[in-house]
Amino acid sequence: MLAYIIRRLFYAIPILIGVNLLTFILFFVVNSPDDMAVSQLGQKYVTPEAVEAWKRKNGYDVPLFFNAEAPGSEALTETIFFSKSVKLFAFDFGRSESGRDITTDVSTRMWPSLAVALPTFVVGIWVNICVALMVVMFHATRLDRWTVFVFVGLMSISYLFYIIGGQYLVAKTWKLVPISGFSEIEPWKFLLLPVLVGVIAGIGAGARWYRTLFLEEANQDYVRTARAKGASEIRILFRHILPNALIPILTGVVVVIPQLFMGGLLIESFFGIPGLGSYMLDAINAQDFAIVRSMVFIGSILYIIGLILTDISYTWADPRLRLN
Amino acid sequence: MTADNPFHHTNALLYLALMVLVGCGESAWNDPNPPSPDGKLTYQSMMAPAPPKHLDPALSYATDESLFIMQIYEPPMDYHFLKRPYELTPGALESSPQVEYLDAAGQIVDEGDQLVAFTRYTLRLRDDLHYQPHPAFALDEQGQPRYLFDTAREGAKYKQIPDFPHGGDRAVTANDYAYAIKRLADPLNAGPMLGFMSQHILGMKEFSEQVTDAPRDGWFNLDDYAMEGLEVVDERTLRITVKDRYPQFVYWLAMPFFSPIAPEVDRFYHNPGFADRNLTLDWWPVGSGPFMMVKNDPNSEIVLERNPNYREEFFPTEGAPGDLEAGNLEDAGKPIPFIDRAVFRLEKSGLSLWTKFMQGYYDRSGEVSSNTTGVFDQAFVVRPDGVEMSPALADNNITMSPDVKPGLYYYGFNMRDPVVGGYTEEKRKLRQALQIAFLTEEYLNVFYKGNGIAAQNLIPPGIPGHLEGEAGINPYVYDWVDGEPKRKSIEYARQLLAEAGYPNGRDARTGEPLKIFIDVQSQAIDNTSMNWIDRVFSEIGVQVEFRPADWSRTREKLLTGNTQIFSMGWLADYPDPENFLFLLHGPESPLECDCDGANNSNYASEEYDALFRQMRVLRPGLERDELVARMVELYRRDAVWLYAFYPKQIYLNNSWVHNNKRHGISKATLKYTRVDPQQRAKMQILWNQPVTWPLYAGLLLLASLLLPGIIAYRRRQNATVRHTRG
Repeated sequence: MLAYIIRRLFYAIPILIGVNLLTFILFFVVNSPDDMAVSQLGQKYVTPEAVEAWKRKNGYDVPLFFNAEAPGSEALTETIFFSKSVKLFAFDFGRSESGRDITTDVSTRMWPSLAVALPTFVVGIWVNICVALMVVMFHATRLDRWTVFVFVGLMSISYLFYIIGGQYLVAKTWKLVPISGFSEIEPWKFLLLPVLVGVIAGIGAGARWYRTLFLEEANQDYVRTARAKGASEIRILFRHILPNALIPILTGVVVVIPQLFMGGLLIESFFGIPGLGSYMLDAINAQDFAIVRSMVFIGSILYIIGLILTDISYTWADPRLRLN
Repeated sequence: MTADNPFHHTNALLYLALMVLVGCGESAWNDPNPPSPDGKLTYQSMMAPAPPKHLDPALSYATDESLFIMQIYEPPMDYHFLKRPYELTPGALESSPQVEYLDAAGQIVDEGDQLVAFTRYTLRLRDDLHYQPHPAFALDEQGQPRYLFDTAREGAKYKQIPDFPHGGDRAVTANDYAYAIKRLADPLNAGPMLGFMSQHILGMKEFSEQVTDAPRDGWFNLDDYAMEGLEVVDERTLRITVKDRYPQFVYWLAMPFFSPIAPEVDRFYHNPGFADRNLTLDWWPVGSGPFMMVKNDPNSEIVLERNPNYREEFFPTEGAPGDLEAGNLEDAGKPIPFIDRAVFRLEKSGLSLWTKFMQGYYDRSGEVSSNTTGVFDQAFVVRPDGVEMSPALADNNITMSPDVKPGLYYYGFNMRDPVVGGYTEEKRKLRQALQIAFLTEEYLNVFYKGNGIAAQNLIPPGIPGHLEGEAGINPYVYDWVDGEPKRKSIEYARQLLAEAGYPNGRDARTGEPLKIFIDVQSQAIDNTSMNWIDRVFSEIGVQVEFRPADWSRTREKLLTGNTQIFSMGWLADYPDPENFLFLLHGPESPLECDCDGANNSNYASEEYDALFRQMRVLRPGLERDELVARMVELYRRDAVWLYAFYPKQIYLNNSWVHNNKRHGISKATLKYTRVDPQQRAKMQILWNQPVTWPLYAGLLLLASLLLPGIIAYRRRQNATVRHTRG
């Protein structure tokens, strides 16, 4: 298995280079270093001298990909792409365009992201699985049909509606929790509503997906055998069906786990959670390439780690599987 | 922020239990503000929608950044809080700068002398200016700076400024102001004033070139290099020499760029490894103003506290006409600042901000942006005679502070465009016809809820040169009827259009319909606005095509003159007509200066430029007013902009906040804010009684869902096999 993991890690390098190259091209297609300078300098009285000084200070005073004036290999290394990309592989994210240290910001902001994402994830999965198993238990009854109808309804509603509706009802009208914000003193007070919204918003799609997986297993021979042996429905669901349906569940779930650090763009922005999701959104709005590049890089790494973890989790869920 | 605060599970459970069991308590459940740990009087505010990017006076050039910088630093000049038109007053200075005019040989000459080559400003500092306590000033037993490190490792344990156990302070000196100006010139700082100020301050450009080439290793002491235009006469006296006459320079002295920077502070922040932990002057400003920064977490909040070393200062004893009656002088003569602490929380969502304000958790509805546009329908009732607060707001005794910004939003014509540009009589008539057809008042009512004033000229209210009443109307677009301006008729616009060679909106020579192209920033316009504009121009038979693009593309078009009509805005740096009239100064055209010039209309009038050159070096007075009036007339006659309006915002204040008069230019007004904490606490409790029935209803709903399931399950488990005949 170790050899497999090492091989997968090596595969990650060209993927990361590709992602980085793509981000770079996409960003600079719409945004030149001069645009960034003007944007950062405030757009008033911006002289060519000020623009040049900004570019020099921030390392944008060289060509993007190829420096024809530089000798030898420096033609490739004395470029914006090289200077901004290579350090990423050493996890040196450098400074944002406004001068803040990105590593410090990322390490600070990942905790609030995790504080929202982890309980939402854990509670969400637990609720979805329980609801799905319950529905499976009443398969082909009126209850089953109605819940499917409700699930589809829940899936059809925009995530924004849950957020704004939750804020409007729970925080604004009923005044039960703060409408937004985050505090180190009583963080749970600020997390109740975003977690609740995140869980409810995910029930429709999650429970319906799990229901489909469980139903496939519910018709298997081993279930009929368990039932014939007198096992209770609860035991059948949790001890027989659930473990056998784990492979497809893990495929969708484990890959997400490392990404929990990255937070959620919408939920963090609307609830004022100072996490990495809102960090990314702010960077895009502020045209801060340094942050966007770093966040995409981190996101790619976490995704790759998630995929590797998924593969490993298969061997745990199904001992017949071997990684080679 | 540190992540060492674990969740308090016990508290959380208790809270949940309380939510279910208790109807109301002593403190509101939804209170987002943690209690003041030391009982200090705190002003609760917000930074919205984004945190400031720069807090270094040499780098910062944005209003939301001034909100902080101007409370912490004291530039030489300040603005009177209440007087209108805006009036400059000495800030860190004993009195206004002494101005002398010099010839090329440096000899003093009369102001009106033809030989004037330089202007020298002598700044005399107050004797009670003191920096806030800060570790940069901390000294060890030998009198040496305590926190200077050779390696990053030595200072690694200090993550934030409050982590430093020792602090110090000292008096502000004239050299600190000189050092700050040198920082503006240092290309390594890459500040926005580099280049622009070099055109004015003597020797700044040469200084900049000199330090560019200087070897640097760690902290670079700018005091080792001289700037010709700066002379530190003594501890409290600084002379600044600018080229030629530049009377507007005194306004720049009221801006953050000219705030004092102590060299030892600059040196402190250049300690190895400090920048990696965001320990920089850009994030931890150090000044002598009424407040100092004690927490800077741009991800969640910025906290300012009263600077214990701040000099003695009092609330103004006189104001503008009407201030006494409006209660704006209730605190006249009292020592300021009134508050001990100000907390600015990051607020990105308009709904959250508004809700917290209405719940009493923010003292005002906004700081640099009023946030009333998005919630206007809830907050105000628009009546024919103006705007009134909705009953919900009026019941809460909320007060309004209208603020007409000293700025402009406008759609400008590109005067080099072959269709709408040019200076012939036909072209002027074409543009005037379009101006008349664009119903600015309706546009403002529909899309800005009346939050704007249709501009009669390019100088906003509160700025010398702006005239009210009949004398101030644009006679090419308006008539003065029954004591108010009335837009000329659409028939007249059609007539002008016909005289311009476009009868019924068609080219008289080719028969082709006249189509105009408007470049707008994508985020600044929506379909409804475009449909409205399309409709008003269809009244005179003119077709419109919009070319939305992001700012970068729009800027490119402006720089190359590749636009016909464009949208633009301008917010004044200082309350002088020059700061608006330069928007049409010929050399400011991007096509002329090959730079980001402000004259995006590419307006070129020798007469206008000559008047501008004369006006900009004159002191305020009748002669200057006449020149301004002539330039305004040229702007109107040549119909350079399609339409313009002065943005107006309405800020709301909870009843416990006092001294709410808005200042359109200066942001150094936190020191005047007064809060009644007892009333605030009382109203917060009163307004935020939790509604608990939904919790019980939720539990009931859950039970009603689960119970049938449980019953059905048990029934199924206990069911027996039954034989049926059949």
